[in-house]
Amino acid sequence: MHFKNFVAAACAALVASAVAAQDVGKPAPAFDLPAAGASNARLADLKGRVVYVDFWASWCAPCKQSFPWMNEMQAKYGSKGLTIVGVNVDKKREDADKFLAGTPAKFTVAFDSSGKVAEAYQPKGMPTSYLIGADGLVRLVHVGFRDKDREELEREFAAALSAAGRK
Amino acid sequence: MLKRWTIVMAAVLVCGCSSMPNVQPWEKGNLAKPEMAFDPDALETRFADHTYFSKEGASGGAGVGGGGCGCN
Repeated sequence: MHFKNFVAAACAALVASAVAAQDVGKPAPAFDLPAAGASNARLADLKGRVVYVDFWASWCAPCKQSFPWMNEMQAKYGSKGLTIVGVNVDKKREDADKFLAGTPAKFTVAFDSSGKVAEAYQPKGMPTSYLIGADGLVRLVHVGFRDKDREELEREFAAALSAAGRK
Repeated sequence: MLKRWTIVMAAVLVCGCSSMPNVQPWEKGNLAKPEMAFDPDALETRFADHTYFSKEGASGGAGVGGGGCGCN
């Protein structure tokens, strides 16, 4: 009997930790992080825009592949209301800077060396990205970056922008 | 009685593990370093395998059994 109770409690604990992850349809957690430019990157400042938050690290190979694509998307949809924010989760800023020297980013890059924002968003892998609608709600959570994801994500961008009335 | 205690103690022990901090996906920078790989250097791994294979002789190294002459 004791054992049964214990197993039930263990299962409940496991399920509880899985539910804590950021979910679609919930408000995106706010952040205020030092950015590559002069001013901080704040989610609050981007109210009314469609925001694509991408968690990346210098040690993550698919992240490197996603950067040219994100540059392209920022150039294509930036004027239509999309802002891409790449949140770096490296513990050391030098690692991120070295990566950026070889893989330039033409979108906002923020630095979350303490991991506070990553803790709030609970990315399941590297990279994980969150598409946040103009209403501030998470529309899509995407883990990883493969070639075939490009088209699907671009469709999601277009859908989010048209939902915001910025077609 | 003893069995019940064993179960309770096992439960307490296992529960203790749950307080251990997990390495989160965004904290795996050190684990992603090349020196953390099982085979950080492919050439060195091949050398080591070759030596092992030769030393094992008739019983075979990583592959099938050989002649044991140590000449392969």
